[in-house]
Amino acid sequence: MERPLTRNIHPNRPPLTLKEYEMAGGYLAVKKALSIPPKEIIDLVKESNLKGRGGAGFNTGMKWSFVPYGENSPATKYLVANADEMEPGTFKDRLLLEGNPHQLIEGMIVAAYAIGATTGYVFLRYAYKEAAVKITNAINEAYNAGYLGFNILGSGYNLQMHLHTGVGRYMCGEETALLNALEGKRATPRAKPPFPQISGLFGKPTIVNNVETLCNIPHIINNGADWFKNLSYSEDGGTKLYGVSGRVKHPGCWELPMGISIRELIEEYAGGMQDGYRFRGVLPGGASTDFLVEQHLDIKMDFKSVAMAGSRLGTGTMIVLDDKTCPVGFVHNLQQFFAHESCGWCTPCREGLPWVEKILWSIEQGQGKPGDLDLLDQHAKLLGPGNTFCALAPGAAEPLQSALKYFREDFERHIRNKQCPYD
Amino acid sequence: MLSTEEIKEIDHEISLVPYKKAACIEAMKIVQRNRGWISDDALKAIADYLEMSTAELDSVATFYNLIFRKPVGRHIILVCDSITCWIMDYKALYIAIQKQLNIKFGETTTDGKFTLLPNACLGCCDHAPTMLIDDDLYRNINADELEMILNRYE
Ligand SMILES: Cc1cc2nc3c(=O)[nH]c(=O)nc-3n(C[C@H](O)[C@H](O)[C@H](O)COP(=O)(O)O)c2cc1C
Ligand code: SF4
Ligand code: FES
Repeated sequence: MERPLTRNIHPNRPPLTLKEYEMAGGYLAVKKALSIPPKEIIDLVKESNLKGRGGAGFNTGMKWSFVPYGENSPATKYLVANADEMEPGTFKDRLLLEGNPHQLIEGMIVAAYAIGATTGYVFLRYAYKEAAVKITNAINEAYNAGYLGFNILGSGYNLQMHLHTGVGRYMCGEETALLNALEGKRATPRAKPPFPQISGLFGKPTIVNNVETLCNIPHIINNGADWFKNLSYSEDGGTKLYGVSGRVKHPGCWELPMGISIRELIEEYAGGMQDGYRFRGVLPGGASTDFLVEQHLDIKMDFKSVAMAGSRLGTGTMIVLDDKTCPVGFVHNLQQFFAHESCGWCTPCREGLPWVEKILWSIEQGQGKPGDLDLLDQHAKLLGPGNTFCALAPGAAEPLQSALKYFREDFERHIRNKQCPYD
Repeated sequence: MLSTEEIKEIDHEISLVPYKKAACIEAMKIVQRNRGWISDDALKAIADYLEMSTAELDSVATFYNLIFRKPVGRHIILVCDSITCWIMDYKALYIAIQKQLNIKFGETTTDGKFTLLPNACLGCCDHAPTMLIDDDLYRNINADELEMILNRYE
Protein backbone atom coordinates (compact mmCIF):
# COMPACT_ATOMS: atom_id res chain seq x y z
CA MET A 1 0.00 0.00 0.00
CA GLU A 2 1.43 3.36 -1.00
CA ARG A 3 1.56 6.09 1.63
CA PRO A 4 2.89 9.17 -0.13
CA LEU A 5 1.95 11.67 2.61
CA THR A 6 3.49 9.85 5.54
CA ARG A 7 6.22 7.81 3.88
CA ASN A 8 8.90 10.12 5.24
CA ILE A 9 7.37 10.68 8.64
CA HIS A 10 8.98 8.80 11.51
CA PRO A 11 7.30 9.50 14.85
CA ASN A 12 10.44 9.12 16.94
CA ARG A 13 12.78 11.14 14.75
CA PRO A 14 12.95 14.82 13.88
CA PRO A 15 11.51 15.66 10.45
CA LEU A 16 13.69 15.43 7.36
CA THR A 17 16.08 18.33 6.88
CA LEU A 18 16.06 19.96 3.48
CA LYS A 19 19.02 17.84 2.35
CA GLU A 20 17.37 14.62 3.52
CA TYR A 21 14.08 15.65 1.98
CA GLU A 22 15.83 16.27 -1.35
CA MET A 23 17.52 12.86 -1.15
CA ALA A 24 14.07 11.33 -0.71
CA GLY A 25 12.87 13.03 -3.90
CA GLY A 26 11.76 16.28 -2.30
CA TYR A 27 11.46 19.52 -4.30
CA LEU A 28 11.52 17.60 -7.60
CA ALA A 29 7.88 18.63 -7.99
CA VAL A 30 8.85 22.29 -7.70
CA LYS A 31 11.50 21.86 -10.38
CA LYS A 32 9.05 20.05 -12.61
CA ALA A 33 6.16 22.44 -12.00
CA LEU A 34 8.18 25.56 -12.78
CA SER A 35 8.73 24.23 -16.31
CA ILE A 36 5.01 23.64 -16.94
CA PRO A 37 2.47 26.41 -17.68
CA PRO A 38 0.33 27.08 -14.56
CA LYS A 39 -2.88 26.24 -16.39
CA GLU A 40 -1.63 22.70 -17.04
CA ILE A 41 -0.90 22.22 -13.35
CA ILE A 42 -4.43 23.32 -12.48
CA ASP A 43 -5.83 20.90 -15.06
CA LEU A 44 -3.71 18.06 -13.70
CA VAL A 45 -4.90 18.68 -10.14
CA LYS A 46 -8.49 18.94 -11.36
CA GLU A 47 -8.14 15.65 -13.19
CA SER A 48 -6.61 13.88 -10.19
CA ASN A 49 -9.94 14.45 -8.41
CA LEU A 50 -8.23 15.70 -5.27
CA LYS A 51 -10.98 17.00 -3.00
CA GLY A 52 -10.19 19.48 -0.21
CA ARG A 53 -9.30 17.77 3.07
CA GLY A 54 -10.44 20.67 5.30
CA GLY A 55 -13.99 19.37 5.58
CA ALA A 56 -16.07 20.61 2.66
CA GLY A 57 -14.48 18.38 0.03
CA PHE A 58 -14.53 20.73 -2.95
CA ASN A 59 -12.43 19.77 -6.00
CA THR A 60 -9.08 21.51 -5.44
CA GLY A 61 -8.13 22.09 -9.08
CA MET A 62 -11.57 23.52 -9.75
CA LYS A 63 -11.21 25.93 -6.83
CA TRP A 64 -7.83 27.11 -8.15
CA SER A 65 -9.27 27.65 -11.62
CA PHE A 66 -11.55 30.44 -10.31
CA VAL A 67 -8.53 32.66 -9.58
CA PRO A 68 -8.13 35.28 -12.32
CA TYR A 69 -5.06 34.60 -14.40
CA GLY A 70 -3.15 36.27 -17.19
CA GLU A 71 -2.03 39.78 -18.04
CA ASN A 72 -5.09 41.60 -16.79
CA SER A 73 -5.25 39.82 -13.45
CA PRO A 74 -4.07 41.55 -10.23
CA ALA A 75 -0.30 41.48 -9.69
CA THR A 76 -0.73 40.49 -6.06
CA LYS A 77 -2.40 37.19 -5.14
CA TYR A 78 -2.18 35.07 -2.03
CA LEU A 79 -2.06 31.43 -1.04
CA VAL A 80 -2.87 30.43 2.54
CA ALA A 81 -2.32 27.06 4.15
CA ASN A 82 -5.07 26.53 6.70
CA ALA A 83 -3.27 24.99 9.67
CA ASP A 84 -5.72 26.13 12.32
CA GLU A 85 -7.00 22.64 13.17
CA MET A 86 -9.15 23.41 16.19
CA GLU A 87 -12.03 21.04 15.45
CA PRO A 88 -12.34 18.78 18.51
CA GLY A 89 -11.32 15.22 17.76
CA THR A 90 -9.21 16.22 14.77
CA PHE A 91 -5.49 15.54 14.92
CA LYS A 92 -4.30 14.84 11.38
CA ASP A 93 -2.69 18.08 10.18
CA ARG A 94 -0.54 18.16 13.29
CA LEU A 95 1.14 14.96 12.07
CA LEU A 96 1.95 16.51 8.69
CA LEU A 97 3.10 19.84 10.13
CA GLU A 98 5.42 18.33 12.71
CA GLY A 99 6.40 15.27 10.73
CA ASN A 100 7.36 16.67 7.34
CA PRO A 101 7.13 20.46 7.07
CA HIS A 102 9.03 20.55 3.76
CA GLN A 103 6.27 18.54 2.12
CA LEU A 104 3.79 21.31 3.00
CA ILE A 105 6.16 24.08 1.85
CA GLU A 106 6.74 22.25 -1.43
CA GLY A 107 3.00 21.81 -1.97
CA MET A 108 2.48 25.49 -1.25
CA ILE A 109 5.16 26.58 -3.74
CA VAL A 110 3.53 24.54 -6.50
CA ALA A 111 0.02 25.73 -5.58
CA ALA A 112 1.16 29.35 -5.40
CA TYR A 113 2.87 29.08 -8.79
CA ALA A 114 -0.27 27.53 -10.28
CA ILE A 115 -2.47 30.45 -9.25
CA GLY A 116 0.22 33.10 -9.68
CA ALA A 117 0.45 34.02 -5.99
CA THR A 118 3.40 36.10 -4.85
CA THR A 119 2.96 35.60 -1.11
CA GLY A 120 2.10 32.52 0.90
CA TYR A 121 1.04 32.27 4.53
CA VAL A 122 0.88 29.32 6.86
CA PHE A 123 -1.93 30.14 9.29
CA LEU A 124 -1.02 28.03 12.31
CA ARG A 125 -2.93 27.78 15.54
CA TYR A 126 -1.29 29.04 18.72
CA ALA A 127 -1.19 25.69 20.49
CA TYR A 128 0.97 23.95 17.86
CA LYS A 129 4.26 25.10 19.35
CA GLU A 130 6.40 22.32 17.97
CA ALA A 131 4.97 22.77 14.48
CA ALA A 132 5.78 26.49 14.65
CA VAL A 133 9.48 25.75 15.23
CA LYS A 134 9.61 23.14 12.49
CA ILE A 135 7.78 25.22 9.89
CA THR A 136 10.02 28.22 10.64
CA ASN A 137 13.12 26.08 10.12
CA ALA A 138 11.77 24.59 6.91
CA ILE A 139 10.85 28.02 5.48
CA ASN A 140 14.35 29.31 6.28
CA GLU A 141 15.98 26.28 4.70
CA ALA A 142 13.82 26.67 1.60
CA TYR A 143 14.79 30.35 1.25
CA ASN A 144 18.48 29.48 1.60
CA ALA A 145 18.22 26.80 -1.06
CA GLY A 146 16.51 29.14 -3.52
CA TYR A 147 13.08 27.46 -3.45
CA LEU A 148 11.56 30.63 -2.00
CA GLY A 149 12.29 34.31 -2.59
CA PHE A 150 13.14 36.03 -5.86
CA ASN A 151 13.62 34.24 -9.16
CA ILE A 152 13.09 30.74 -7.79
CA LEU A 153 15.55 28.29 -9.38
CA GLY A 154 16.13 30.82 -12.17
CA SER A 155 12.52 30.57 -13.37
CA GLY A 156 11.67 34.23 -12.94
CA TYR A 157 8.93 33.29 -10.45
CA ASN A 158 8.94 35.04 -7.04
CA LEU A 159 7.32 33.85 -3.83
CA GLN A 160 7.56 35.12 -0.26
CA MET A 161 6.39 32.88 2.54
CA HIS A 162 5.44 33.72 6.14
CA LEU A 163 4.33 31.81 9.18
CA HIS A 164 1.41 33.43 11.00
CA THR A 165 0.47 32.03 14.40
CA GLY A 166 -3.06 32.72 15.60
CA VAL A 167 -4.26 33.70 19.05
CA GLY A 168 -6.88 31.03 19.52
CA ARG A 169 -10.38 30.91 18.09
CA TYR A 170 -12.04 28.05 16.22
CA MET A 171 -13.54 30.55 13.79
CA CYS A 172 -10.06 31.30 12.44
CA GLY A 173 -10.34 28.01 10.54
CA GLU A 174 -13.35 29.19 8.52
CA GLU A 175 -11.74 30.45 5.37
CA THR A 176 -13.14 33.99 5.16
CA ALA A 177 -12.83 34.49 8.93
CA LEU A 178 -9.22 33.36 8.59
CA LEU A 179 -8.64 36.15 6.09
CA ASN A 180 -10.08 38.69 8.54
CA ALA A 181 -7.79 37.33 11.25
CA LEU A 182 -4.80 37.71 8.91
CA GLU A 183 -5.86 41.31 8.32
CA GLY A 184 -5.77 41.97 12.07
CA LYS A 185 -9.53 41.93 12.58
CA ARG A 186 -12.03 39.89 14.56
CA ALA A 187 -12.35 36.49 12.93
CA THR A 188 -15.92 36.86 11.72
CA PRO A 189 -16.79 35.37 8.33
CA ARG A 190 -17.35 37.48 5.23
CA ALA A 191 -20.38 37.57 2.97
CA LYS A 192 -19.96 35.65 -0.29
CA PRO A 193 -19.85 36.61 -3.13
CA PRO A 194 -17.29 37.89 -3.77
CA PHE A 195 -15.49 34.61 -3.17
CA PRO A 196 -11.94 34.76 -1.84
CA GLN A 197 -10.68 33.41 -5.16
CA ILE A 198 -11.67 36.80 -6.64
CA SER A 199 -11.39 39.10 -3.63
CA GLY A 200 -9.74 37.61 -0.56
CA LEU A 201 -6.87 38.75 1.63
CA PHE A 202 -6.54 42.57 1.46
CA GLY A 203 -9.03 42.45 -1.42
CA LYS A 204 -6.76 40.35 -3.65
CA PRO A 205 -7.43 36.92 -5.16
CA THR A 206 -6.71 34.29 -2.52
CA ILE A 207 -6.79 30.54 -2.19
CA VAL A 208 -7.13 28.95 1.23
CA ASN A 209 -6.35 25.25 1.35
CA ASN A 210 -6.09 22.72 4.12
CA VAL A 211 -2.65 21.40 5.08
CA GLU A 212 -3.38 17.83 3.99
CA THR A 213 -4.77 19.05 0.67
CA LEU A 214 -1.54 20.94 -0.06
CA CYS A 215 0.68 18.05 1.03
CA ASN A 216 -0.84 15.93 -1.75
CA ILE A 217 0.21 18.35 -4.48
CA PRO A 218 3.90 17.41 -4.91
CA HIS A 219 2.95 13.75 -5.31
CA ILE A 220 0.34 14.51 -7.95
CA ILE A 221 2.88 16.57 -9.90
CA ASN A 222 5.50 13.81 -9.68
CA ASN A 223 3.28 10.82 -10.40
CA GLY A 224 0.31 12.07 -12.39
CA ALA A 225 -3.46 12.12 -12.07
CA ASP A 226 -4.07 8.43 -12.80
CA TRP A 227 -1.58 7.29 -10.19
CA PHE A 228 -3.36 9.50 -7.65
CA LYS A 229 -6.80 8.21 -8.56
CA ASN A 230 -5.55 4.63 -8.28
CA LEU A 231 -4.43 5.11 -4.68
CA SER A 232 -8.08 5.19 -3.72
CA TYR A 233 -10.76 2.55 -3.10
CA SER A 234 -13.42 5.04 -4.15
CA GLU A 235 -14.21 7.67 -6.76
CA ASP A 236 -12.42 10.37 -4.71
CA GLY A 237 -8.72 10.42 -5.51
CA GLY A 238 -5.82 9.65 -3.22
CA THR A 239 -5.11 8.43 0.25
CA LYS A 240 -6.56 10.04 3.37
CA LEU A 241 -5.30 10.57 6.87
CA TYR A 242 -7.79 8.82 9.13
CA GLY A 243 -7.79 8.95 12.90
CA VAL A 244 -9.63 7.15 15.65
CA SER A 245 -9.90 8.34 19.25
CA GLY A 246 -12.01 7.42 22.26
CA ARG A 247 -12.09 4.13 24.19
CA VAL A 248 -10.44 2.00 21.52
CA LYS A 249 -7.36 -0.14 22.17
CA HIS A 250 -4.94 1.76 19.94
CA PRO A 251 -6.06 5.29 19.14
CA GLY A 252 -4.05 6.82 16.33
CA CYS A 253 -3.82 8.35 12.88
CA TRP A 254 -3.04 6.43 9.69
CA GLU A 255 -2.70 7.16 6.00
CA LEU A 256 -4.93 4.73 4.08
CA PRO A 257 -6.66 4.53 0.72
CA MET A 258 -9.64 6.88 0.45
CA GLY A 259 -12.73 4.74 0.97
CA ILE A 260 -11.54 2.31 3.63
CA SER A 261 -14.44 1.11 5.80
CA ILE A 262 -15.26 2.39 9.25
CA ARG A 263 -15.12 -1.18 10.55
CA GLU A 264 -11.58 -1.72 9.29
CA LEU A 265 -10.45 1.53 10.86
CA ILE A 266 -11.94 0.81 14.24
CA GLU A 267 -11.42 -2.94 14.45
CA GLU A 268 -8.11 -3.42 12.65
CA TYR A 269 -6.21 -0.17 12.88
CA ALA A 270 -7.49 1.01 16.24
CA GLY A 271 -7.55 -2.56 17.60
CA GLY A 272 -11.25 -2.58 18.48
CA MET A 273 -12.83 -1.36 21.68
CA GLN A 274 -10.97 -1.45 25.00
CA ASP A 275 -11.83 -4.42 27.21
CA GLY A 276 -15.08 -3.83 29.02
CA TYR A 277 -16.38 -1.28 26.51
CA ARG A 278 -18.76 -1.74 23.62
CA PHE A 279 -19.15 0.36 20.48
CA ARG A 280 -22.25 2.55 20.40
CA GLY A 281 -21.66 5.18 17.78
CA VAL A 282 -19.10 7.31 16.02
CA LEU A 283 -18.69 10.82 14.72
CA PRO A 284 -16.90 9.88 11.50
CA GLY A 285 -15.23 13.20 10.71
CA GLY A 286 -14.73 15.31 13.80
CA ALA A 287 -17.01 17.18 16.19
CA SER A 288 -19.26 18.74 13.53
CA THR A 289 -20.47 15.56 11.84
CA ASP A 290 -23.54 13.38 12.42
CA PHE A 291 -23.34 10.20 14.50
CA LEU A 292 -23.24 6.90 12.68
CA VAL A 293 -24.05 3.66 14.53
CA GLU A 294 -23.49 -0.09 14.34
CA GLN A 295 -25.51 -0.55 11.14
CA HIS A 296 -23.09 1.84 9.38
CA LEU A 297 -19.84 0.10 10.25
CA ASP A 298 -19.30 -1.16 6.71
CA ILE A 299 -19.72 2.28 5.14
CA LYS A 300 -16.75 3.41 3.10
CA MET A 301 -14.99 6.51 4.37
CA ASP A 302 -15.20 8.65 1.24
CA PHE A 303 -17.16 11.85 0.69
CA LYS A 304 -20.13 10.30 -1.10
CA SER A 305 -20.55 7.09 0.92
CA VAL A 306 -20.51 8.87 4.27
CA ALA A 307 -22.94 11.50 2.95
CA MET A 308 -25.29 8.76 1.77
CA ALA A 309 -25.25 7.27 5.26
CA GLY A 310 -26.41 10.66 6.61
CA SER A 311 -23.17 12.12 7.88
CA ARG A 312 -20.01 13.76 6.50
CA LEU A 313 -16.45 12.62 5.93
CA GLY A 314 -15.41 15.96 7.47
CA THR A 315 -11.79 15.77 8.55
CA GLY A 316 -11.74 11.95 8.49
CA THR A 317 -10.80 11.76 12.16
CA MET A 318 -13.41 9.83 14.09
CA ILE A 319 -14.51 10.00 17.70
CA VAL A 320 -15.94 6.79 19.13
CA LEU A 321 -18.77 6.72 21.65
CA ASP A 322 -18.73 3.67 23.91
CA ASP A 323 -21.51 2.14 26.01
CA LYS A 324 -20.23 3.53 29.32
CA THR A 325 -20.07 7.13 28.16
CA CYS A 326 -23.26 9.18 28.39
CA PRO A 327 -24.45 10.36 24.95
CA VAL A 328 -26.13 13.39 26.54
CA GLY A 329 -22.91 14.38 28.29
CA PHE A 330 -21.04 13.79 25.03
CA VAL A 331 -23.30 16.13 23.09
CA HIS A 332 -23.26 18.62 25.95
CA ASN A 333 -19.48 18.79 25.79
CA LEU A 334 -19.64 19.45 22.03
CA GLN A 335 -22.31 22.15 22.31
CA GLN A 336 -20.35 23.84 25.07
CA PHE A 337 -17.45 24.09 22.64
CA PHE A 338 -19.59 25.42 19.78
CA ALA A 339 -21.40 27.91 22.02
CA HIS A 340 -18.08 29.21 23.31
CA GLU A 341 -16.56 29.52 19.85
CA SER A 342 -19.56 31.10 18.09
CA CYS A 343 -18.51 34.48 16.73
CA GLY A 344 -21.89 35.96 17.57
CA TRP A 345 -22.83 37.16 14.09
CA CYS A 346 -26.08 35.20 13.62
CA THR A 347 -28.96 34.87 16.06
CA PRO A 348 -29.60 31.10 15.97
CA CYS A 349 -25.94 30.52 16.69
CA ARG A 350 -25.31 33.29 19.23
CA GLU A 351 -28.54 32.81 21.17
CA GLY A 352 -29.42 29.24 20.28
CA LEU A 353 -26.20 27.45 21.16
CA PRO A 354 -25.97 28.68 24.78
CA TRP A 355 -29.63 27.72 25.16
CA VAL A 356 -29.00 24.24 23.76
CA GLU A 357 -26.04 23.92 26.09
CA LYS A 358 -28.15 24.87 29.12
CA ILE A 359 -30.91 22.42 28.21
CA LEU A 360 -28.42 19.58 27.81
CA TRP A 361 -26.74 20.48 31.10
CA SER A 362 -30.02 20.49 32.98
CA ILE A 363 -30.96 17.12 31.47
CA GLU A 364 -27.59 15.76 32.62
CA GLN A 365 -28.22 17.17 36.11
CA GLY A 366 -31.56 15.37 36.35
CA GLN A 367 -33.56 18.55 35.87
CA GLY A 368 -34.81 17.86 32.36
CA LYS A 369 -38.41 18.68 31.52
CA PRO A 370 -40.79 16.86 29.17
CA GLY A 371 -40.73 19.59 26.48
CA ASP A 372 -36.94 19.75 26.36
CA LEU A 373 -36.48 17.30 23.52
CA ASP A 374 -38.90 19.20 21.30
CA LEU A 375 -36.96 22.35 22.03
CA LEU A 376 -33.72 20.61 21.13
CA ASP A 377 -35.23 19.29 17.88
CA GLN A 378 -36.37 22.79 17.04
CA HIS A 379 -32.93 24.28 17.73
CA ALA A 380 -31.26 21.60 15.64
CA LYS A 381 -33.39 22.77 12.71
CA LEU A 382 -32.78 26.48 13.36
CA LEU A 383 -29.03 25.90 13.52
CA GLY A 384 -29.13 23.93 10.27
CA PRO A 385 -27.99 24.95 6.79
CA GLY A 386 -29.36 28.16 5.32
CA ASN A 387 -30.08 30.02 8.56
CA THR A 388 -26.62 31.29 9.38
CA PHE A 389 -23.62 32.99 7.86
CA CYS A 390 -21.10 30.17 8.19
CA ALA A 391 -20.96 26.43 8.75
CA LEU A 392 -20.26 26.55 12.49
CA ALA A 393 -23.92 26.43 13.46
CA PRO A 394 -24.90 23.71 10.95
CA GLY A 395 -21.84 21.82 12.16
CA ALA A 396 -23.07 22.08 15.75
CA ALA A 397 -26.51 20.86 14.68
CA GLU A 398 -25.13 17.62 13.21
CA PRO A 399 -24.08 15.72 16.35
CA LEU A 400 -27.13 17.13 18.16
CA GLN A 401 -29.78 16.07 15.67
CA SER A 402 -28.25 12.64 15.12
CA ALA A 403 -27.88 11.98 18.86
CA LEU A 404 -31.56 12.84 19.29
CA LYS A 405 -32.29 10.33 16.56
CA TYR A 406 -30.09 7.41 17.58
CA PHE A 407 -29.86 7.86 21.35
CA ARG A 408 -33.31 9.31 22.06
CA GLU A 409 -34.05 6.68 24.68
CA ASP A 410 -31.02 7.90 26.65
CA PHE A 411 -32.33 11.46 26.65
CA GLU A 412 -35.78 10.26 27.70
CA ARG A 413 -34.40 8.09 30.49
CA HIS A 414 -32.54 11.07 31.94
CA ILE A 415 -35.75 13.08 32.04
CA ARG A 416 -37.91 10.23 33.32
CA ASN A 417 -35.55 9.12 36.09
CA LYS A 418 -34.40 12.64 36.93
CA GLN A 419 -30.73 11.66 36.83
CA CYS A 420 -27.90 10.64 34.52
CA PRO A 421 -27.97 6.84 34.26
CA TYR A 422 -24.23 6.77 33.57
CA ASP A 423 -23.04 8.50 36.77
CA MET B 1 5.07 53.04 27.18
CA LEU B 2 6.21 50.71 24.41
CA SER B 3 9.90 49.82 24.62
CA THR B 4 12.25 50.54 21.72
CA GLU B 5 12.67 46.79 21.32
CA GLU B 6 8.89 46.32 21.05
CA ILE B 7 8.59 49.20 18.60
CA LYS B 8 11.30 47.69 16.45
CA GLU B 9 9.45 44.36 16.31
CA ILE B 10 6.11 46.03 15.66
CA ASP B 11 7.65 48.12 12.86
CA HIS B 12 8.85 44.93 11.24
CA GLU B 13 5.32 43.51 11.33
CA ILE B 14 3.93 46.75 9.88
CA SER B 15 6.41 46.45 6.99
CA LEU B 16 4.82 43.12 6.01
CA VAL B 17 1.25 44.39 5.63
CA PRO B 18 -0.45 47.02 3.43
CA TYR B 19 -1.57 49.28 6.30
CA LYS B 20 -0.64 49.71 9.97
CA LYS B 21 -3.84 48.44 11.54
CA ALA B 22 -3.39 45.05 9.92
CA ALA B 23 -0.45 44.42 12.26
CA CYS B 24 -2.51 44.86 15.42
CA ILE B 25 -2.77 41.21 16.44
CA GLU B 26 0.95 40.74 15.88
CA ALA B 27 1.63 43.87 17.93
CA MET B 28 -0.45 42.56 20.82
CA LYS B 29 1.36 39.23 20.62
CA ILE B 30 4.71 40.99 20.85
CA VAL B 31 3.68 43.06 23.87
CA GLN B 32 2.02 40.09 25.56
CA ARG B 33 5.16 38.01 25.07
CA ASN B 34 7.13 40.66 26.99
CA ARG B 35 4.64 41.59 29.68
CA GLY B 36 2.43 38.55 30.05
CA TRP B 37 -0.80 40.43 29.34
CA ILE B 38 -2.30 43.50 27.67
CA SER B 39 -3.05 46.15 30.29
CA ASP B 40 -5.25 49.15 29.51
CA ASP B 41 -2.12 51.28 29.20
CA ALA B 42 -0.50 48.81 26.84
CA LEU B 43 -3.70 48.62 24.80
CA LYS B 44 -3.78 52.39 24.46
CA ALA B 45 -0.11 52.60 23.54
CA ILE B 46 -0.50 49.97 20.81
CA ALA B 47 -3.68 51.60 19.49
CA ASP B 48 -2.00 55.01 19.36
CA TYR B 49 1.01 53.60 17.60
CA LEU B 50 -1.14 51.87 14.98
CA GLU B 51 -3.42 54.92 14.64
CA MET B 52 -6.56 53.10 15.67
CA SER B 53 -9.03 53.72 18.50
CA THR B 54 -8.58 51.83 21.76
CA ALA B 55 -12.17 50.60 21.45
CA GLU B 56 -11.44 49.08 18.06
CA LEU B 57 -8.27 47.39 19.28
CA ASP B 58 -10.07 46.13 22.37
CA SER B 59 -12.78 44.61 20.19
CA VAL B 60 -10.07 42.58 18.48
CA ALA B 61 -8.28 41.76 21.74
CA THR B 62 -11.39 40.43 23.44
CA PHE B 63 -12.34 38.26 20.47
CA TYR B 64 -9.38 35.94 20.85
CA ASN B 65 -9.06 33.33 23.56
CA LEU B 66 -5.35 33.85 24.10
CA ILE B 67 -4.97 37.60 24.27
CA PHE B 68 -5.08 38.28 27.98
CA ARG B 69 -6.74 41.48 29.20
CA LYS B 70 -6.20 40.53 32.84
CA PRO B 71 -2.91 39.74 34.59
CA VAL B 72 -1.82 36.12 34.33
CA GLY B 73 0.72 33.99 36.13
CA ARG B 74 4.26 33.31 34.96
CA HIS B 75 3.11 30.03 33.44
CA ILE B 76 -0.10 29.30 31.57
CA ILE B 77 -1.65 25.86 31.93
CA LEU B 78 -4.05 25.01 29.10
CA VAL B 79 -6.04 21.87 29.82
CA CYS B 80 -7.90 20.31 26.90
CA ASP B 81 -11.60 20.06 27.75
CA SER B 82 -12.77 18.89 24.33
CA ILE B 83 -14.59 15.74 23.44
CA THR B 84 -12.00 12.97 23.42
CA CYS B 85 -10.27 14.26 26.53
CA TRP B 86 -13.69 14.48 28.12
CA ILE B 87 -14.37 10.82 27.24
CA MET B 88 -10.94 9.89 28.62
CA ASP B 89 -11.72 11.62 31.91
CA TYR B 90 -9.90 14.94 31.77
CA LYS B 91 -12.07 15.81 34.80
CA ALA B 92 -9.84 13.70 37.05
CA LEU B 93 -6.86 15.68 35.82
CA TYR B 94 -8.65 18.97 36.35
CA ILE B 95 -9.65 18.00 39.89
CA ALA B 96 -6.07 17.01 40.68
CA ILE B 97 -4.75 20.36 39.40
CA GLN B 98 -7.43 22.23 41.33
CA LYS B 99 -6.42 20.40 44.50
CA GLN B 100 -2.74 20.95 44.09
CA LEU B 101 -2.83 24.60 43.06
CA ASN B 102 -6.03 25.60 44.80
CA ILE B 103 -7.36 27.40 41.72
CA LYS B 104 -10.21 26.90 39.27
CA PHE B 105 -10.34 27.54 35.54
CA GLY B 106 -9.75 31.22 34.92
CA GLU B 107 -7.79 31.79 38.12
CA THR B 108 -4.17 32.47 39.03
CA THR B 109 -2.30 31.05 42.03
CA THR B 110 -1.66 33.56 44.84
CA ASP B 111 2.10 33.34 44.27
CA GLY B 112 1.54 34.41 40.66
CA LYS B 113 3.09 31.24 39.31
CA PHE B 114 0.30 29.56 37.35
CA THR B 115 -2.85 30.57 35.50
CA LEU B 116 -5.22 27.71 34.69
CA LEU B 117 -7.37 27.81 31.56
CA PRO B 118 -9.51 25.35 29.60
CA ASN B 119 -8.57 24.99 25.94
CA ALA B 120 -10.11 23.42 22.86
CA CYS B 121 -8.69 20.16 21.49
CA LEU B 122 -4.90 20.26 21.37
CA GLY B 123 -4.81 17.94 18.37
CA CYS B 124 -3.44 14.94 20.30
CA CYS B 125 -6.73 13.14 20.87
CA ASP B 126 -4.99 9.80 20.38
CA HIS B 127 -3.06 10.58 23.58
CA ALA B 128 -5.89 12.02 25.66
CA PRO B 129 -5.98 13.60 28.17
CA THR B 130 -3.63 16.40 27.21
CA MET B 131 -2.43 19.77 28.45
CA LEU B 132 -0.02 22.47 27.40
CA ILE B 133 2.11 24.37 29.92
CA ASP B 134 3.75 27.33 28.17
CA ASP B 135 5.50 25.58 25.25
CA ASP B 136 5.48 22.08 26.75
CA LEU B 137 2.90 19.56 25.63
CA TYR B 138 1.89 16.77 28.00
CA ARG B 139 -0.03 13.76 26.68
CA ASN B 140 -1.60 10.68 28.26
CA ILE B 141 -1.33 12.43 31.60
CA ASN B 142 -2.32 10.56 34.66
CA ALA B 143 -3.20 12.55 37.72
CA ASP B 144 -0.40 10.90 39.77
CA GLU B 145 2.33 12.44 37.63
CA LEU B 146 0.93 15.89 38.03
CA GLU B 147 2.91 17.00 41.05
CA MET B 148 6.17 16.08 39.34
CA ILE B 149 5.18 17.97 36.21
CA LEU B 150 4.13 21.12 38.04
CA ASN B 151 7.29 21.11 40.16
CA ARG B 152 9.34 21.65 37.00
CA TYR B 153 8.15 25.23 36.79
CA GLU B 154 9.70 28.10 38.74
C1 LIG C 1 -15.93 27.01 11.99
C2 LIG C 1 -15.06 26.40 10.93
C3 LIG C 1 -13.76 26.00 11.23
C4 LIG C 1 -12.94 25.45 10.25
N1 LIG C 1 -11.67 25.08 10.59
C5 LIG C 1 -10.85 24.59 9.63
C6 LIG C 1 -9.49 24.25 9.93
O1 LIG C 1 -9.04 24.38 11.06
N2 LIG C 1 -8.70 23.77 8.94
C7 LIG C 1 -9.17 23.64 7.66
O2 LIG C 1 -8.42 23.24 6.78
N3 LIG C 1 -10.44 23.94 7.34
C8 LIG C 1 -11.28 24.42 8.29
N4 LIG C 1 -12.56 24.78 7.94
C9 LIG C 1 -12.95 24.67 6.51
C10 LIG C 1 -12.47 25.90 5.76
O3 LIG C 1 -13.46 26.90 5.83
C11 LIG C 1 -12.20 25.63 4.28
O4 LIG C 1 -13.29 24.94 3.74
C12 LIG C 1 -10.96 24.83 4.01
O5 LIG C 1 -9.83 25.39 4.66
C13 LIG C 1 -10.69 24.78 2.54
O6 LIG C 1 -9.56 23.98 2.25
P1 LIG C 1 -9.67 22.70 1.33
O7 LIG C 1 -10.41 23.12 0.07
O8 LIG C 1 -8.27 22.34 1.04
O9 LIG C 1 -10.42 21.67 2.09
C14 LIG C 1 -13.42 25.30 8.92
C15 LIG C 1 -14.73 25.68 8.63
C16 LIG C 1 -15.54 26.22 9.60
C17 LIG C 1 -16.93 26.61 9.25
S1 SF4 D 1 -22.93 30.58 12.27
FE1 SF4 D 1 -22.16 31.18 14.28
S2 SF4 D 1 -19.97 31.24 14.02
FE2 SF4 D 1 -20.85 31.26 11.95
S3 SF4 D 1 -21.06 33.41 11.43
FE3 SF4 D 1 -22.97 32.84 12.40
S4 SF4 D 1 -22.66 33.34 14.57
FE4 SF4 D 1 -20.66 33.30 13.64
S1 FES E 1 -9.89 16.31 22.47
FE1 FES E 1 -8.23 16.74 23.81
S2 FES E 1 -6.54 16.74 22.45
FE2 FES E 1 -8.25 16.44 21.10
